[in-house]
Amino acid sequence: MDFNFTEEQEMVRDGLSRLVRENYDWETRRGAVESGTGWRPEIWAQLAELGILGMPFSEEDGGFGGGAVDAMVVMEEFGKGLVVEPFVPTVVCAGGFLKHAGTDAQKDEHIGGIVDGSRVFAFAYAEPRGRYDYADLETTAKKDGSGYILNGHKAVVVGAPWATHLIVTARSSGDRRDRKGVSVFVVDKAAAGIVTRDYPTVDGRHASEVYLENVSVPAEALISEEGAALPLIERVTDEAIAAQCAEACGVMKVAHTMTVEYSRQRKQFGVPIGSFQVLQHRMVDMYTEYEQAVSLTYLATLKLDAPERERKLAVSAAKVRLGQAAHHIGRDAIQIHGGMGMTDEMAIGSYFKRLTIFDSEFGNVDHHMKRHITLS
Amino acid sequence: MNLEFTPEELAFREEVRAFIGASYPKHLGDFGMREDMSPEDMIAWHKVLGEKGWSVPAWPEQYGGTGWTPTQRYIWSEENARINAFMPLPFGVSMVGPVIYTFGNEEQKAQHLPGIRSGDVWWCQGYSEPGAGSDLASVKTTAVRDGDHYVINGQKTWTTLAQFADWGFFLCRTDPDAPKPQQGISFILIDMKSPGVEVRPIKLIDGGYEVNETWLTDVRVPVENLVGEENKGWTYAKFLLAHERSGIAGVARSKRGVEKLREIAGSELIDGVPLMSDFDFARKVSQLEIDLAALEITELRTLAGEQAGKGPGPESSILKIKGTEIQQRLTELTLEAVGSYGTPLYGSIADAGSNEYPVGPEYAQHAASTYFNMRKTSIYGGSNEIQRNIITKMILGL
Repeated sequence: MDFNFTEEQEMVRDGLSRLVRENYDWETRRGAVESGTGWRPEIWAQLAELGILGMPFSEEDGGFGGGAVDAMVVMEEFGKGLVVEPFVPTVVCAGGFLKHAGTDAQKDEHIGGIVDGSRVFAFAYAEPRGRYDYADLETTAKKDGSGYILNGHKAVVVGAPWATHLIVTARSSGDRRDRKGVSVFVVDKAAAGIVTRDYPTVDGRHASEVYLENVSVPAEALISEEGAALPLIERVTDEAIAAQCAEACGVMKVAHTMTVEYSRQRKQFGVPIGSFQVLQHRMVDMYTEYEQAVSLTYLATLKLDAPERERKLAVSAAKVRLGQAAHHIGRDAIQIHGGMGMTDEMAIGSYFKRLTIFDSEFGNVDHHMKRHITLS
Repeated sequence: MNLEFTPEELAFREEVRAFIGASYPKHLGDFGMREDMSPEDMIAWHKVLGEKGWSVPAWPEQYGGTGWTPTQRYIWSEENARINAFMPLPFGVSMVGPVIYTFGNEEQKAQHLPGIRSGDVWWCQGYSEPGAGSDLASVKTTAVRDGDHYVINGQKTWTTLAQFADWGFFLCRTDPDAPKPQQGISFILIDMKSPGVEVRPIKLIDGGYEVNETWLTDVRVPVENLVGEENKGWTYAKFLLAHERSGIAGVARSKRGVEKLREIAGSELIDGVPLMSDFDFARKVSQLEIDLAALEITELRTLAGEQAGKGPGPESSILKIKGTEIQQRLTELTLEAVGSYGTPLYGSIADAGSNEYPVGPEYAQHAASTYFNMRKTSIYGGSNEIQRNIITKMILGL
């Protein structure tokens, strides 16, 4: 049992911490997310240069042989700076599908581009009526010669406006919500028949509704076995959850620190509001929530390669507790900032918004509570 | 970073498990604390561990500690919790022992540490007073120097199991004129058989008598019983409280408690099906289990920090707050789970000399009294509100 980070991990942390400090201050970020394309390709290029985008891939696939703990370190630093660039969809999700189930040809085709930053992915799994069930799919994949024809509507695909490629889940057989019959495809976003409607999200990212109209993909687009991809999707989304939990830890840490700092500055009744015990105890409870969140993020991250049931229990435990903690810390941070917390002038609002949306990604508190109960 | 046990740690677990299996006193069963336990029962395992050299694992090796790593200590408490072992009482092992080996002189170490290790000497804690609870620094019990003795007068309260104690460690005011209340306090060891020491039981809401009022009237104590420096007792008291808190999380025992709760809720029925399959109830159990999983890792992180040379610091306040909230939640859900059979006052209907459970299932008998008893956990050891004050000051820096 060991809770230490390696020297390499500490170096990655320091490097990203510097990048965020020097190039990702809140004002600059706000300028970027509110104008133009909403992200900064130059940051993405820097991440590629630092080796961050290639980190989780094996050396033979052109990466640096990192693991889940490395991704955790990266995501925590991203959380502190509210980094919007699509590390999770591209590296964790698309990277995960390719690593776990890609053929040699698929890896050759895609991983190099992920590592050098030229290929950006979004993960189109959600649907307007599917909520958090990855098998509840109306999007279809029909066999057509050796390839497939995709039809459907994918909802709130985060990062899709910036993506060159999509990972798309679709039903290739069976009834809506059957565990069998789910397939995963990697699709060039420029393929004929793909129409997107792009928009910003409340937490500073950009997303698209993705409409697939008779999109023809070749056989090589299928990742893993036709109709048997649900366990793979669950594995990859569990990895994404662990990564986003680490991100949320970073967000919560900063939100809490900002709140304590504000309570030191802000005076009412002639004294700093941080001298009031009623606020002190609320900030202590926020801190305790944060520490518990860190612990479960460690647990989920370290259980990602455990047997399926153990992995799911740990990941759901983390997602439940972090969903609760994220709301708690976000809301109390605004409350303690008072009227200033309501203004668009203060960074705390952006942290609050990211924490709000975190809960609903890859299954909210209730969803993961049910999964935990079912497996217990 | 990893959560795996090494082959050596797995071997250690086997060794510990085999030892516990062979050596834990059979007549104590597997139910931890029971109201009807005799004082001999309460120290039975302590004595066995004293013989084995395992009664004070966390102490430095030179004083009899086992030199176990944090992981080994974790394994040790897990294995004891598996059989619900009644562990050595904390007053000697985790409270006064560390104060004596850290701040005491050689004579005090030689006199007191062996009896704490062996379990032969029973200790109690004389901290709280009727007017000094959370505001501990306002203790009024006085120790006045008279030649080579202190003469001690005052009243202590909540002295746990003092009715069986041989010795007690007391906070006494030695300088009533100190500019701050914290500055005039001394840490003094008192032989409980001294003339002038009177212990009066306090009946608690669970019907038990685990705490007492302790009256001290002109008790003459040799000055050799002062630990460390006169008027520096507050420093030692705070040190002790941090030590007390780090064991207070009770993770392993709570894990066993959740298993037991699942068993109970598996046999209780609701609408003809096991309570455990009721979604509303299952949700509460899962929430508890998730909170406990978080606490477990938090405790391991704290232990790892201690290993790296950071003593138990203000982080232990988190363990105290979350640990006691979880212990209480466990008893709340257990009482909820047993339903109607949480209601009878069992002590009043047991037949004298009978081991039979008079009404309802066996597991229901202690549900209410344990629930009542465990309300103490968020009050003792520095109430959870005081823990929040500590975190405010030490971690948030406010």
